[in-house]
Order: sequence, then structure tokens, then C-alpha cells
Amino acid sequence: MKEVRILEIKESVFADNDRQADQLRDMLKEKGVFLMNLMSSPGSGKTTTLTGTIAALKDSLRIGVMEADIDSDVDAKTIAQTGVKAIQLHTGGMCHLDAEMTRQGIEGLGVEEVDLAILENVGNLVCPAEFDTGASKNVMILSVPEGHDKPLKYPLMFEICDAVLINKIDVLPYFDFDMELVEKYIHQRNPKAEIFPISAKTGEGMEAWTTWLEKQVADWKS
Amino acid sequence: MHELGVTFHIMDHLEKVAKENEVTQIRKVTLELGEVSTVIESYLQNCWTWAAKKRPLFHESELVVETLPAITYCEDCKETYPTVKHGKICPYCGSEHTYLLQGNEFNIKEIEVE
Repeated sequence: MKEVRILEIKESVFADNDRQADQLRDMLKEKGVFLMNLMSSPGSGKTTTLTGTIAALKDSLRIGVMEADIDSDVDAKTIAQTGVKAIQLHTGGMCHLDAEMTRQGIEGLGVEEVDLAILENVGNLVCPAEFDTGASKNVMILSVPEGHDKPLKYPLMFEICDAVLINKIDVLPYFDFDMELVEKYIHQRNPKAEIFPISAKTGEGMEAWTTWLEKQVADWKS
Repeated sequence: MHELGVTFHIMDHLEKVAKENEVTQIRKVTLELGEVSTVIESYLQNCWTWAAKKRPLFHESELVVETLPAITYCEDCKETYPTVKHGKICPYCGSEHTYLLQGNEFNIKEIEVE
């Protein structure tokens, strides 16, 4: 009969990932690389928003983009057309990126070669919120057709985000989307969240957003 | 939502623990799961059964999940109440100034090993 022992672990399932995320964040701070983790539902306009954001900032910052998808490289190709470095990370069926996968992506971009690294996370409002990627700031996009009640349904996502972009405001007349209510719901979950109503398609509101982002990058590097 | 992903995270972590403690077999893994965590126990059990077959250390392992009830605290009237029944709004005074005391945990409590 083999000896049976009990080992007490008493640790969060996410503790290992949190440690790796902190290590990555420290390394990026030292190297002066700002990592933005961008999250949203599928179809909220992440890639279009990124294309507009890159156009506004690429003359002042060296930008690299990591596209995380379960499969395919359509988004990486679209981003590569903007002239910045884009790499595709395949999560192999997983619904989120963790800190270790993000670290490998950052190595692929080259830490010496970027000021602003953007991680386009898997389109999903649940899982990416649980896994700290090591990002300097978390940003999410909520698009008008998804409805103003999303902060009630996915509270953790809104709690961990530093900024929320409300995209597709050009279609506001066609939807029962209450802008005041969504702001109230977001601030209930996270009083510090910055909210930017934008239309990535028409460019409306993009300047306020890109100005904020540029300042965050400058603060991180100082 | 991401039961398979967290199953791999748990197994990766426990493989490290096993190596450090010269463990040859893990017989039982006990987790603490909050009532309002985003993980569904039955899915987790399915993922565990599937993944355990692929990792020698876990071939004989049983997964035990202990549920922790979700409790919310009201900052205005200082009462606590069950989160699942009442949500964000305090049932005693109607305040929105409430926060979760416990219930979103997802911990590895202990393992039984040889």
C-alpha cells in the first residue's frame, strides 16, 4: 500500500497566470512598451477601430499588433495593410489569451521595436476578463447594436476595463440604445472607467479616444 | 465558459506542485468554486475527465468541487444578503452601493496524492 498524503494548495486557479502577467508588465514597463489589451464581442468593430487608431497614431508611435483568433489570419492581413507590424496568434481553440501566450506574442513583435503593442483579444466578453494578460491598460468596445444592458450581463469585463469605447454611434437613430443609461451602468461597475462614444466608420469621436491613448502611452514611458 | 482552459491551467500548476513534492499519482483534487464565478461545475467535470486521460499524473484522479455561496455587502445599511437572489441592489434599503464579499472564488484547496 502506497502512502497517501494531502497537500494543501489554497491558491486561486488564476494565481499562476497573475504572477506571469505581473512579470510581463514589469518587463514592459522597464522596456518602455505600452501594452493595450483590446476586448469585445465578435463583430463590435475591433479591427475597424484599430485601423482608425493606427492611422491617427502611427506617425508619433511605433505600433505593433497581435491578433488573437481561434483560427484564420483575416484580421492580421487587414491590420498589416495599415503598414504596422501585425502578427497572428492562434489560441488553438481556447477562448482567451493568457499571460504566457501574450509574452510569446510580444517576443514575436520585438520589445525593442514598438512603443505601443496592441493585443486584439478573442471576441468574447467572459473569458478574457478572467485572465490578466500583463497589459498596461484594458480597453473594451461595446457597439450600439449589442444594446445598453451589456454592463449588467458581463459585469467583470466592465470592472476590469480602464476605457470603454461605445462604437457604431452612427447607427444610434435605428436602435433603442440609451447612452445615458449605459454610462450609468458602466460607472456602477467601475466608477473610474473612461467612456468614449465613437464611430470607427465615420471617424466621429476618434480624436478624443486616440488623444487619451497617446497620453496613456506617454505616462507609461515616463 | 472556459472550463477546458482552466482545466489545463489547474493541471499545469499541479504538475509543478507534484514535481516539487515527489508525487507519482494525484488521487483527488478539491476545488472551491464560488456560486457566481463564471465556471459551470458539470462542464468542468466533463473537461476534467477528458483531460485526465491524456496526462499520466491524473489518470486515477477524482475531481471534487465545493461550492462557496455568494454574499453581497451593502455599504449604506451594512447588511449582507445572498447575491444570487437579490443581485446588485440591496433588498433591505434599495442601495446600489454594494459589493461582493465572497462568491467569485476559484481556488485549488488541496490534493490527495501518492
